[in-house]
Amino acid sequence: MKILVPVKRVIDYNVKPRVKADGTGVDLANVKMSMNPFDEIAVEEAIRLREKGVATEIIAISVGPEKAQETLRTALAMGADRAILIVAEDVEPLGVAKLLAKVVEEEQPGLVILGKQAIDDDSNQTGQMLAALTGRPQGTFASKVEVAGDTVNVTREVDGGLETVALKTPAIITTDLRLNEPRYASLPNIMKAKSKPLATKTPADYGVDVAPRLKTLTVTEPPVRSAGIKVADVDALVAKLKEMGVAQ
Amino acid sequence: MKTLVYVEHDNASLKDATLAVVTAASQLGEVHLLVAGQGCGAVAEQASKIAGVAKVHVADDAAYANQLAENVATLVVDLMGHHDAFLAPATAHGKNIAPRVAALLDVMQISDILSVESADTFTRPIYAGNAIATVQSADAKKVITVRGTAFAKAEATGGSAAIEAIGSKGDAGTSSFVGAEIAKLERPELTSAKVIVSGGRALKDAETFQQVIFPLADKLGAAVGASRAAVDAGYVPNDYQVGQTGKIVAPEVYVAIGISGAIQHLAGMKDSKTIIAINKDEDAPIFQVADLGLVGDLFKIVPELVGKL
Repeated sequence: MKILVPVKRVIDYNVKPRVKADGTGVDLANVKMSMNPFDEIAVEEAIRLREKGVATEIIAISVGPEKAQETLRTALAMGADRAILIVAEDVEPLGVAKLLAKVVEEEQPGLVILGKQAIDDDSNQTGQMLAALTGRPQGTFASKVEVAGDTVNVTREVDGGLETVALKTPAIITTDLRLNEPRYASLPNIMKAKSKPLATKTPADYGVDVAPRLKTLTVTEPPVRSAGIKVADVDALVAKLKEMGVAQ
Repeated sequence: MKTLVYVEHDNASLKDATLAVVTAASQLGEVHLLVAGQGCGAVAEQASKIAGVAKVHVADDAAYANQLAENVATLVVDLMGHHDAFLAPATAHGKNIAPRVAALLDVMQISDILSVESADTFTRPIYAGNAIATVQSADAKKVITVRGTAFAKAEATGGSAAIEAIGSKGDAGTSSFVGAEIAKLERPELTSAKVIVSGGRALKDAETFQQVIFPLADKLGAAVGASRAAVDAGYVPNDYQVGQTGKIVAPEVYVAIGISGAIQHLAGMKDSKTIIAINKDEDAPIFQVADLGLVGDLFKIVPELVGKL
């Protein structure tokens, strides 16, 4: 089966984001950008499924600025076969899901594997929305994926522990952190990735309206905690705990 | 404005997360609840007693036994014909269902809200809680998930809402429930605990984690949490994880032991009322948010602390 893996170019997870002074957003000028960590896990899972003989072709796709090409090249270097870039900036999860639904219709992948959330907008919506728009079942927050015939068993991380659901393929899966550990792209593979096919499209090619439904009025710094104190020893800590009524 | 709140439950009892969502929903208008499940009469009973609830819709059918998103979403969409907003807790459960509902209604969901500013304007955290966005929705129907720790819990008693049975929309037939492995907890549940004792990578291994962290948690009647590093290293199961990708908590007291305080972790606990940090590195970022800090070797400090409490 074909596997479609959507990836997003986001601020690197090690960078501490800075809110712009005018409250219009987060300052992304000259900030290191990378592939969203959950999407790396998605790419890795797709490659492992190919190594098991389940997947025949892996298509990486991104909706984003021209520079998202770099993110797609990373996916190609990890092992994806070809890539599609839909050039459009600041598209909301609903818009992305609509574009992906069109690509799903065109490519007919057996699985779409997405990250569970992007670490910039922290929405956690696109996979579920894509499942809704394509009428396919969803296996969100996956920590284990097993394909058997036309069924995929997905073990999901839920609040109390784990649960397993069986989905009829074609299906949509979103990855959680513990699904796998993504591989690093080797230098020869990075070189090879440069010659793999990358198609560039626009939302208009798919006839999708991606106008935002949410308007961001302001972006502000979270309230800053007032500086605390350091205590000298355990006795002082115990005294403070008693003062707070936490300990008797 | 009529709001529909998704009740999180296990067919036997209602989960606390729902109560905070009722508070958020009541800031928008008349509150209706939806209980979807199988043999969930007791949950509907409990739901009807929550203060401020006008009506409880109950869909009792085998299709909803495990509240699979495929089946529940079509039920919710049907009810949204006469509701203006759908609210769910921002738990694993709510996050699974709400975006599916939103897409079926062709609206953009608003995730993990911290406050209701007006009927169409909300605040929500972005970038792992490093920024707070105020967003205004242009959609006619609102689909929202609510951060439980950001709203007071509605009173669980005092209400007397009417319970109304609604028909099943049937099983979509594309997914089925295989089984669950729910971790057994002898301690308070993490997201509702008043006190949390949390351990990080410095705890060395699973056994040491148990020996050091659990006695202190027991002394304080606290829930046990962990950093991602501790979970990834296998010290505790992943449902202990506090952080951007784990659970968001806001207890009265959060005790961080051997946790450096990476932004990913802080996103999950920095709204705690009092933060206490024990770490041997006095430059650890955790001390920048801690109200009370103690620099030193946790293997000496924590047992001494347990002894003196």
